[in-house]
Amino acid sequence: MCLGVPGKVVELTGETAKVSIGGVMYDAALAIAEDIEIGDYVLMHAGFVLEKISAAEADETLDAIREYTNLKVD
Amino acid sequence: MKYIDEYRDRALIKGLVAKINAESTKPVRLMEVCGSHTMAIQKFGIPALLPEHVELLSGPGCPVCVTDIGYVDHAVALARRSDVILTTFGDMIRVPGSTSTLQSVRGEGAAVQVVYSSMEALKIAENNPDKKVVFLGIGFETTSPTTAAAMQAARNRNIGNFFVLSAHKLMKPAMTALIDDGVKIDGYICPGHVSIVTGTAMYEEISAAYKVGCVVTGFEPVDVLQGIDLLISQFEAGKPGVEIAYKRLVTPAGNTKAWDLMWEVLEPCTANWRGIGDIPESGMAPRETYAEFDAARMIPVEIEAPQEVKGCMCGAVLRGTHRPTACPLFGTRCTPEDPVGACMVSHEGACAAFYRYAG
Ligand code: SF4
Repeated sequence: MCLGVPGKVVELTGETAKVSIGGVMYDAALAIAEDIEIGDYVLMHAGFVLEKISAAEADETLDAIREYTNLKVD
Repeated sequence: MKYIDEYRDRALIKGLVAKINAESTKPVRLMEVCGSHTMAIQKFGIPALLPEHVELLSGPGCPVCVTDIGYVDHAVALARRSDVILTTFGDMIRVPGSTSTLQSVRGEGAAVQVVYSSMEALKIAENNPDKKVVFLGIGFETTSPTTAAAMQAARNRNIGNFFVLSAHKLMKPAMTALIDDGVKIDGYICPGHVSIVTGTAMYEEISAAYKVGCVVTGFEPVDVLQGIDLLISQFEAGKPGVEIAYKRLVTPAGNTKAWDLMWEVLEPCTANWRGIGDIPESGMAPRETYAEFDAARMIPVEIEAPQEVKGCMCGAVLRGTHRPTACPLFGTRCTPEDPVGACMVSHEGACAAFYRYAG
């Protein structure tokens, strides 16, 4: 039940967002998230937007893992 | 899909596995406290990638599994009232109570509806003004704010027939209760989605008080392995601490909007955890100021005397002292199709995850 799924915000209508998850649209309440904009990737959980996904942190983490596992090939 | 595929990258997985195997020299016990981690770890076959002396234990973080039998009985009693529509997340309807499940009372004609969100339950209340609509609030800090949001919306929109029966729980008291109880843990694989809301302050306290590593991580193989790698590095260096291996979503401060809303509507109470017993201040119930939405206060029912399910070892499984396969009923009398205990009902239950992926 605790499954959280990443998706992309494609529409904002007052208290809800339309979130696209693999092309399928879901309505998600915005009551517990802040500063959500169209185009943001978010984590959706139990019909709510729980949090925005930070693209910068995501890239940094992947780069860091590549580096410390010596996989850095450019 | 974005933010999923990158974290299933074979080269990254291989690199992390090699690093863990090179680094880890001595026996270590790591516990995941989140049901989604239990499921992810079994699904992706993580244990087979690790050195044999790295032991992964499943803890009490599947909200369906830790919900005590008295709560299921309470929900069943509410559902039996002809003026009640009972709404719940799907996993709860097959959880055995003392003598019934929500599914079986639905078969007898009770109005039990599966919803995917607290807001959907609120909508049902709005559309059925002559009924009392009860939503089963279960889950940890990830889900409690969503229940609180529905209660707040009920107040703002004057929906007087919406009620919550809360079995919400807090993660930290369970994590400390296990160590206080003598379960030996060298590091906690901390729940990624709970931590989005809570931030890491509670892990700082646990890590400092119990000298145990706490690493927050996500649910894809690269996330889980990065978390395990950080815990093993800490353990090998003898320096347990708090780290985040899920920075794309988790910050030290957490989601303060969700956190504040949860505390505005709900307050701590003693809660009974299946297999562990009563833990003070570990549950979350509606505050006095939200009493009018509290099903426990507002809708009186007779609840049958609790009878534990015979032979089920869920308790030992949830405390991490026994693996599901140690239960004599596992895979024989107890299967996901015909579950005896709660740990076999939920996808995130340790017994169900073992049955599906490791069995
Ligand atoms: S296998 Fe079934 S009966 Fe045994 S502990 Fe797990 S849920 Fe309980």
